[in-house]
Amino acid sequence: MHDIPIAMYEVRFHGRGGQGAVTAANILAIAAVKQGFYAQAFPFFGVERRGAPVQAFTRIDTKKIDLRMNVYSPDAVIVLDPTLMAVVDVTSGLKEGGIIVINTSKKPEDFEFSGYKIATVNATEIALKHKLGSQAAPIVNTAILGAYSKVIGNVKIEYVVEAIRENAPAKREENALAAKDAYEQTILRW
Amino acid sequence: MKVMIRGNESIAYAFKLAKVKVIPAYPITPSTLVPEKISEFIANGEMDAQFVPVESEHSAISAAIGASSKGVRVGTATASQGLALMHEVLFIASGMRLPIVMGIGNRALSAPINIWCDHQDMMAQRDTGWMQFYAESNQEGLDLGLMAFKIAEDERILLPAMIGIDAFVLTHTVEPVEMPEQKDVDDFLGEFVPHYVTLDPKKPATLGSFGFPQHYMEFKFGQWVAMEHAKKVIDEVFEKFANKFDRKYSKVSAEFMEDANIAIVTMGSMSGTAREFVKKMREKGKKIGLVKLTVFRPFPKEELLSILKDVPVVAVMERNISFGFGGAVYAEMGANFVNESKSPKILDFIVGLGGRDITFKTFEAVLETAERSLKGEKVDEVNWVDVNKEAVLKVEGSL
Repeated sequence: MHDIPIAMYEVRFHGRGGQGAVTAANILAIAAVKQGFYAQAFPFFGVERRGAPVQAFTRIDTKKIDLRMNVYSPDAVIVLDPTLMAVVDVTSGLKEGGIIVINTSKKPEDFEFSGYKIATVNATEIALKHKLGSQAAPIVNTAILGAYSKVIGNVKIEYVVEAIRENAPAKREENALAAKDAYEQTILRW
Repeated sequence: MKVMIRGNESIAYAFKLAKVKVIPAYPITPSTLVPEKISEFIANGEMDAQFVPVESEHSAISAAIGASSKGVRVGTATASQGLALMHEVLFIASGMRLPIVMGIGNRALSAPINIWCDHQDMMAQRDTGWMQFYAESNQEGLDLGLMAFKIAEDERILLPAMIGIDAFVLTHTVEPVEMPEQKDVDDFLGEFVPHYVTLDPKKPATLGSFGFPQHYMEFKFGQWVAMEHAKKVIDEVFEKFANKFDRKYSKVSAEFMEDANIAIVTMGSMSGTAREFVKKMREKGKKIGLVKLTVFRPFPKEELLSILKDVPVVAVMERNISFGFGGAVYAEMGANFVNESKSPKILDFIVGLGGRDITFKTFEAVLETAERSLKGEKVDEVNWVDVNKEAVLKVEGSL
């Protein structure tokens, strides 16, 4: 696990339109600021459509962030929908030794990404347990943030939970619980 | 209080804190969140204002003129084609000397259709008589939004103002913003009380009437004088704001310029990445500095003369193009020095049109050309950066 970042820490979220990747990036930034960091979150500046692949980004730093360009070499990538990995290279630009957090029922050893650290969490199951979204379209973004906190650790779970409670668009308590569950259930391999 | 908000929300909060009374608006990407957020404030009872949903941007600015003529504080927001559709009405707002404030989510113009960032929309309104401010960050969007009312409503000026916040790079980016207290804003801004003729059924008057040739030019000279006065009033308001809120603004800010032999001139959100680049280059011993333009209208002539007069090479980077000449900032920078006995070499760099990302590579290309110029090599005056020129020249024919 990483401690407080010395240098700027950059995260890329991969999801599908409607899954809440943009909200996840925003809430992570809010949590980071609550913890005392500076942070910035922005969507990939695309024309978003429900179901289409989307990306969102969070930058975290100990000092004011002036950088305004896109994130090209993230320290970590968060995959909200594992089916994306068939159509998008989620490792694109990922730093050597970087972290990949995947929402999946599989285990880290089921994935072959050489040179990266893998963590998995069944965020879909957790989201459904807490009735977040529908069976067809579960909202996994808050659960995946719990996994982020467990795996990457620079933003502590208590700040993630607080940020979710204050900013989730609906079902705030259920979303907070989903993050906590995911925090407990995330599997790391490295 | 520190809050995490998007650039569009900076404008919406500025309007809320300024207690704007009428907001006529028509949604357009990337500015839509501004009217959305304001209608939310009004629906929640957090803002005592009239939101006027209209059928086009042309109507939005027309309604803004009507409301402002009554003598109340008015704000709106738009972008790109929406701002272009307002064009003919913008002259009426400034000609009638109405202190309307408008947030612009700086976005490219069609064709081809593009929703991403550049400054062409606001640059195309350069001559409409509106003051123009460009924000680097969401904090600046909020602060400039507040200050714009104070400047616009100053009776030495009475001109409308636009605040540019870059499409997506600011409009959709969440970042920390220090939210001023309502009472401090009230102290700073005060209530808007016009001391001139306004629309009032009890005292009928004609506003925006005919101006015959024997009067028209005096009206226009009046606008010229007001814009000249704005230079001083902007400084005064920036200073008052700094005293109240401890955040300093200037029409032009110079960083790392003391011994610089190359100055990079920027506007809007690219200034942040530019600052990081300049710091990196300074570590390598390169004498490069950053000059950020926050105010484009009135053009900060005097400040630029004093900051740049002894700098050998000035690299103007801009997200707009006037086909047949070059970028708007470059043209004005050149004109600025034309009657001076000494002028820097002024180079133009067209960058980041239609949302093309402005990265360290962009700045490296700019610096490389500027350094060649510094060595006395002849370089192009207008340079397009990060463009596949070969592909275009193959089709258009080489230059």
